[in-house]
Amino acid sequence: MTARMDKRFADLAAEGRPALVTYFMAGDPDFDTSLAIMKALPSAGSDIIELGMPFSDPMADGPAIQLAGQRALKGGQTLVKTLEIARLFRQGDQNTPIVLMGYYNPIYIHGVERFLDDALAAGIDGLIVVDLPPEMDDELCIPALKKDINFIRLATPTTDDKRLPKVLENTSGFVYYVSMNGITGSALPDPTVIGGAVQRIKGHTKLPVCVGFGVKTAEHARAIGASADGVVVGTAIINQVASSLTEDGKSTGATVPGVETLVRGLAAGVRSAKLVAAE
Amino acid sequence: MNETPHLNSFKTGPDEDGRFGIFGGRFVAETLMPLILDLQAEWDKAKTDPEFQAELKHLGAHYIGRPSPLYFAERLTEHLGGAKIYFKREELNHTGSHKINNCIGQILLAKRMGKTRIIAETGAGQHGVASATVAARFGLPCVVYMGATDVERQAPNVFRMKLLGAEVKPVTAGSGTLKDAMNEALRDWVTNVDDTYYLIGTAAGPHPYPEMVRDFQSVIGIEAKQQMLEAEGRLPDLVIAAVGGGSNAIGIFHPFLDDESVKIVGVEAGGKGLEGDEHCASITAGSPGVLHGNRTYLLQDGDGQIKEGHSISAGLDYPGIGPEHSWLADIGRVEYVPIMDHEALEAFQVLTRLEGIIPALEPSHAIAEVIKRAPKMGKDEIILMNLSGRGDKDIFTVGKLLGMGL
Ligand SMILES: Cc1ncc(COP(=O)(O)O)c(C=O)c1O
Repeated sequence: MTARMDKRFADLAAEGRPALVTYFMAGDPDFDTSLAIMKALPSAGSDIIELGMPFSDPMADGPAIQLAGQRALKGGQTLVKTLEIARLFRQGDQNTPIVLMGYYNPIYIHGVERFLDDALAAGIDGLIVVDLPPEMDDELCIPALKKDINFIRLATPTTDDKRLPKVLENTSGFVYYVSMNGITGSALPDPTVIGGAVQRIKGHTKLPVCVGFGVKTAEHARAIGASADGVVVGTAIINQVASSLTEDGKSTGATVPGVETLVRGLAAGVRSAKLVAAE
Repeated sequence: MNETPHLNSFKTGPDEDGRFGIFGGRFVAETLMPLILDLQAEWDKAKTDPEFQAELKHLGAHYIGRPSPLYFAERLTEHLGGAKIYFKREELNHTGSHKINNCIGQILLAKRMGKTRIIAETGAGQHGVASATVAARFGLPCVVYMGATDVERQAPNVFRMKLLGAEVKPVTAGSGTLKDAMNEALRDWVTNVDDTYYLIGTAAGPHPYPEMVRDFQSVIGIEAKQQMLEAEGRLPDLVIAAVGGGSNAIGIFHPFLDDESVKIVGVEAGGKGLEGDEHCASITAGSPGVLHGNRTYLLQDGDGQIKEGHSISAGLDYPGIGPEHSWLADIGRVEYVPIMDHEALEAFQVLTRLEGIIPALEPSHAIAEVIKRAPKMGKDEIILMNLSGRGDKDIFTVGKLLGMGL
């Protein structure tokens, strides 16, 4: 649903602060734990949830997210179960936008139309599909927009001014600016450089611009949040989950509380960003 | 490449979006998209640039050793008692396989584009060796990603790459084979977009790679056709090649696609049999999906997760196949069949003993298919097979399987 996303950004704009967007992997390390993590995110301060769909060959991801996906798949996670996690979450939360993030093949195999219907029924608000550039819009982007599901595109440092309009053309919800040329989990580049890039994108679109890849701490969140409409944190959360597991990869009593504590800190980061921006 | 295609030609693909029917395309992360468009623009220019073509031809003749011979396998023909068997001897190329044809072409492009660093993925190590070789020849640093399993089973090629000055990075993700090496190479490319050229080793990946690699490898079929006309005064009845990603196969198939009288067969790795998961027969036993930048036949489960696959031969151990093959299979122009590990191993020995040629395990799959078909064909019929590589790299694997003390 596109309305939920638009309302969230409008409310945040009124509050005068950037969004905290949190990514975690569905099914990592098991169905129930990841559902519990998802349910804990809004009260810990997450404004938008990116629900990772595990894929066997995550070409744009670093080791942390690769391993999280492997743990999830080993635990029997599937696309259908990922939608089920979203559906169960949505029963208790009507306000937090959910964005599915992953790769195209599991969606293609599920069947595009069937996937979109199932996603809508589960309360999904948007999609980020890493391996579908604008050149492939007929595959999923256009059908998703027709069904009122946001298609959120990645813009990267290689997306120059000439190409940006093509990337933005069918983008909705928000623009996800990838802070660097690289894979998830790399080091964060200089926030002032990122700020410049965000301004460049804002020159081409009225959509909110969220920045991800490399944001790990509250301090990062504050620094990036000073110039962006949202900050996306993924690998840090995945690492937090991983560090709480037993040696054979099972969740412990520390798994969900560990994520909550981390997200609370990040939420404080984006809330202090408001002050910086207002100064 | 210079022939005008017929009306109902099989040689017109891909379209401008890189599609062969529903297959192919450009399924890559946004970071890579501008790079792929640059490459396409450069490739489009190079295709028709006489200087580029002349350089390619010169290096082909003096560095690779082209044309490779067309060889009448007299003893094997006699032994099988049917069709006349000819080999296109790509194993005699510099570095020992067809892979060098593509590497020379792509490194010339990399040079034109001002790239200063080469990355490649490799399975059997033949493409890694060919990449390391051209990188040495043109003075560029080269990083080769290779699955950890393959590093072990293709040790001789790992040494060769290192001697040539390349850095070999073992990949432990997944089952440590070609698919995982390709993932890792893509991750490197996304990280080093400014200076790095990704030299893909097979006719797969995002557009324009499948078309470009095919065109560089088509020299095999173009020469073979000419040589066959000289030797026999006619075209072969059957063309056979082993298919991993599909570069040696499309290279010999493509020039024959519009010759109706020529039957064409691609041989996939049947591994330990198609019943379980221990094979790499993407077309025979897989279904269409999206991986590594293109839509093509893949080995996958009902959830769209890619399976690992298995083959005795590292070069065929890939759960996908080039998109043009998927299309040729769907429209029925080319037939794809599986050959099991043990059949390939048997064929390896037959060829070694009868012709004094030690083939790589990849073309041994094609030989096994020749062994099946030749006896059923008439003595006046002709089979052309692509002998894509030599078997020096495989002697330890084969020795172990045959229980020979080395
Ligand atoms: C000798 C040889 N033949 C065939 C192959 C399979 O690759 P392709 O299908 O691209 O020709 C390889 C791959 O390593 C090889 O080394």
